[in-house]
Amino acid sequence: MKISFVLNDRPTTVEVEPSMLLSEVIRETLSMTGTHVGCDTSQCGACVVHVNGKSVKSCTLLAPAVEGADIRTVEGLSGDTGPLHPMQQAFRDNHGLQCGFCTPGMLMAALDLVSHNPDPAESDIREWLEGNICRCTGYQNIVKSVIAGAAAMRQAS
Amino acid sequence: MSEVIGIGSSPKRKEDARFVRGRGNYVADIKRPNMLVGVFHRSEHAHAILKSVDVSAALAVPGVRAVFTGEDMKADNVGGLPVGWGIKGKDGEPMKEPPHPPMAHGKVRYVGDAIAFVVAETEEQAQAASELVVVDYEVLPAVVGLVDALKPGAPAIYDEVENNLCCDWHLGDAPAVEAAFRSAAHVASIELVNNRLIGNPLEPRAAIGEYDFATGQYTLWTTSQFPHVVRLLMGEMVLHIPQHKLRVVAPDVGGGFGVKQFHYAEEAVVTWAAGRLGGAVKWVCQRSEGFVSDAHGRDHVTEAELALDEAGKFLAMRVKTLANMGAYLSTFGPNIPTNLYAPLLSGVYVIPSIYCEVKCVFTNTVPVDAYRGAGRPEATFVVERLVDLAAREMGIDKIEIRKRNMISRESYPYQTPVLVEYDSGDPRGCLDRAEVLADVAGFEARRAEAASRGKYLGLGISTYVEACGLAPSRLAGQLGARGGLYESATVRVHPSGVVTVLIGTHNHGQGHETTFAQIVSDHLGVPFEDVSIVCGDTDRVQFGMGTYGSRSLVVGGAALAKANDKVILKGRKIAAHQLEAALDDIIFEKGEFSVAGTDRKKSFVEIAGSAYVPFDYPLETLEPGLEEQAFYDPVNFTYPGGAHFAEVEIDPETGVVTIMRYTAVDDVGTVINPMIVHGQLHGGIAQGIGQALFEHGVYDQTSGQLLSGSFMDYCMPRADNLPNFLLEQHSTTCTHTPMGVKGCGECGTIGSPAAIISAVVDALKPLGVSHVDMPATPNHIWNIIRSSSARLAAE
Ligand code: FES
Ligand code: FES
Repeated sequence: MKISFVLNDRPTTVEVEPSMLLSEVIRETLSMTGTHVGCDTSQCGACVVHVNGKSVKSCTLLAPAVEGADIRTVEGLSGDTGPLHPMQQAFRDNHGLQCGFCTPGMLMAALDLVSHNPDPAESDIREWLEGNICRCTGYQNIVKSVIAGAAAMRQAS
Repeated sequence: MSEVIGIGSSPKRKEDARFVRGRGNYVADIKRPNMLVGVFHRSEHAHAILKSVDVSAALAVPGVRAVFTGEDMKADNVGGLPVGWGIKGKDGEPMKEPPHPPMAHGKVRYVGDAIAFVVAETEEQAQAASELVVVDYEVLPAVVGLVDALKPGAPAIYDEVENNLCCDWHLGDAPAVEAAFRSAAHVASIELVNNRLIGNPLEPRAAIGEYDFATGQYTLWTTSQFPHVVRLLMGEMVLHIPQHKLRVVAPDVGGGFGVKQFHYAEEAVVTWAAGRLGGAVKWVCQRSEGFVSDAHGRDHVTEAELALDEAGKFLAMRVKTLANMGAYLSTFGPNIPTNLYAPLLSGVYVIPSIYCEVKCVFTNTVPVDAYRGAGRPEATFVVERLVDLAAREMGIDKIEIRKRNMISRESYPYQTPVLVEYDSGDPRGCLDRAEVLADVAGFEARRAEAASRGKYLGLGISTYVEACGLAPSRLAGQLGARGGLYESATVRVHPSGVVTVLIGTHNHGQGHETTFAQIVSDHLGVPFEDVSIVCGDTDRVQFGMGTYGSRSLVVGGAALAKANDKVILKGRKIAAHQLEAALDDIIFEKGEFSVAGTDRKKSFVEIAGSAYVPFDYPLETLEPGLEEQAFYDPVNFTYPGGAHFAEVEIDPETGVVTIMRYTAVDDVGTVINPMIVHGQLHGGIAQGIGQALFEHGVYDQTSGQLLSGSFMDYCMPRADNLPNFLLEQHSTTCTHTPMGVKGCGECGTIGSPAAIISAVVDALKPLGVSHVDMPATPNHIWNIIRSSSARLAAE
């Protein structure tokens, strides 16, 4: 079947199997590999993208469910060459990543948090990111990054 | 930002520029032209004879190109997966080393053992076909527990291995220990379990094999911590592919922690299948598949005793450990609970004699091998649990008893009774500083406050030492290593003076692209931005041993420092020629070559340029070019160490353990990048806390099924389970590494489990609890509280 959606501001139409997961459509069909897959039980959050502005584990959605949706992946934050999004910059500045595998999901989840809670407390962040596993950082610098990213975003707005 | 950024600074990481944009390049991201996809059909049973494997229905699925079995590989003379260490038992006999075929034939020995590999045009086709592989099993009784596996009459996993005993190994002076125990005023004894862990780097393993019929060239892309070693082991011993016809690439890898430092069956199978079919074959591990095919870690059962005199001084230690090898020996399997365990049993203490026996045991479980810390967290846990227990039984404060027995700073170098000689350290300095930072003085007030809320507060402590920087080849060889453990680096100075480093270690989160660039920037005086680090590709980089055992900076960084020295020497020769001075008069400082005592000089960039434009070189004595290579073999291990304090609060209603404070003071030697060192410690401590509180690889004792086979059943720390960690370094300089570095990747994982359990036991002290096995899950703690309370009430 064909489905259409907007991906990182670009109208996109693809031919998919109805049983395909959104994560597969993004990674395999569209070869956008910034969105990662770390598990097969919807537990790790490496695959988080935004669907209509909300963070969603893309391994939990079937392709037909995103017909007409507005989807954003990590590649849609600043592209390959644009200045980094303040949240990306904050992760880099605060050593909020090591192997980088959880990072796209962390960024997308954090941005959803900040969109409805522009000045999150540390406990808000830790609770919100409960669905995103990072095996490398021990989370301390991720929390620090999100605080710094949120602050930069408040300043920019 | 063209500046020198040297040792001791914290520049932003170079690698992050791509990672934060989602532009990393992991194996699962790679697509090759006309790539096929492979799926493994794995054993459902822990122990069974394979009466037949019928692949005809699978082959009939549209899109399926081939279905391979273990028999096919055997018929093609594919070798078994080799073991990198051969240890010897007490009797001097070599360990039992049964063959480990990449896919099983004849018999399967654990749930997850590979039986068939289905290759198709799409993953869906391969998956569907894999389900149609029909295996006729004759199911045999299975054994998964260490104690059970050694019992007479236990199921025999190999006909040729009596009692499932791979090796009965020992270290130390048994008679001296016996004598010391006879004269002891007090003996503390403990039985403990070091829980089985599943490392779970967030990126699942993956591999792509490719074969080009036209050139006879093979390529393997793999999620590996040591691509050169994979090329060597797989090429020479498994698939018989000449080294020059095999390229192994480990691109960006999403975490390793040891789990990716073994030569795995799947690497051999995809490469071999690609050779049979031509073109590329890709396999990406599903997470649930990783649980039953990634090597596991730890899994010990131990009895240990510490003998003390009446003043609480340690006299001797005796340790008996059963260590699980799983169903086959993995690459480093037998080395971990022996050579990386027993030599660390002296900890940071003076213990005049130590004796340790280790029985390595086969069971019907996934092979067990190194996981972050690898042997050293297990040793630390034994030592620190014993010390806590002895303190309590003798009525000595647990910090005080440690101070009484610590190796003093003046006593270094310190020869332990278990092989290793610590070159440097200051355990007391670490402990004293950590005691202050953790506000131990204010603890009793905090405990009383928690008690007023009906909560138990506990203070835990662990000191530790680790042997890092694997490894001095001479010593490793004596211990059974079948290869050297040096490292290599090439420093390629381009004509414009910018630098590419080719290094044999592998970067999978540790920030090597940054740290190594700092070392070059510092030594050669070139801008940090002008240095690139290349690793992970056997066609680009000279032979190297990869990354594990906290060795990258210690051994790889040393090779790099050595190569930098050679570049400087060569640069001085060029400068001597150009400035018409004697070599001895040329000095190199801050990126400039100058004639001592004059203002005649050449910049690094000028020398680099002229190295490639040798119009007037005395060619008999001076070669063109500026590129140098060094191999470095360490003379000793390095011995990072430290003191960790944990404060936990337990809710008796729920059994939930909350970490209120975590303080660590570590001695990692010279720090190249403080930001990265802290990050490594954070991550290591988090994984150690995972072992102490959450993680447990559990098998059903009868069926041998893995019960903790997903992220739902195998709990790892999440953001809301952990506190912020308070860290400081208290470094002494390593006396034998070029920069004084010691390594830091595993420190956190080694120090933290014992600190957390010490705190949990302390919190439960009012209930008379003296030991708690890991993981201290709410259910486990709640049960302990309930049974202890009932016992107290009855007394
Ligand atoms: S891949 Fe989606 S939650 Fe793990
Ligand atoms: S940075 Fe490796 S999993 Fe988070």
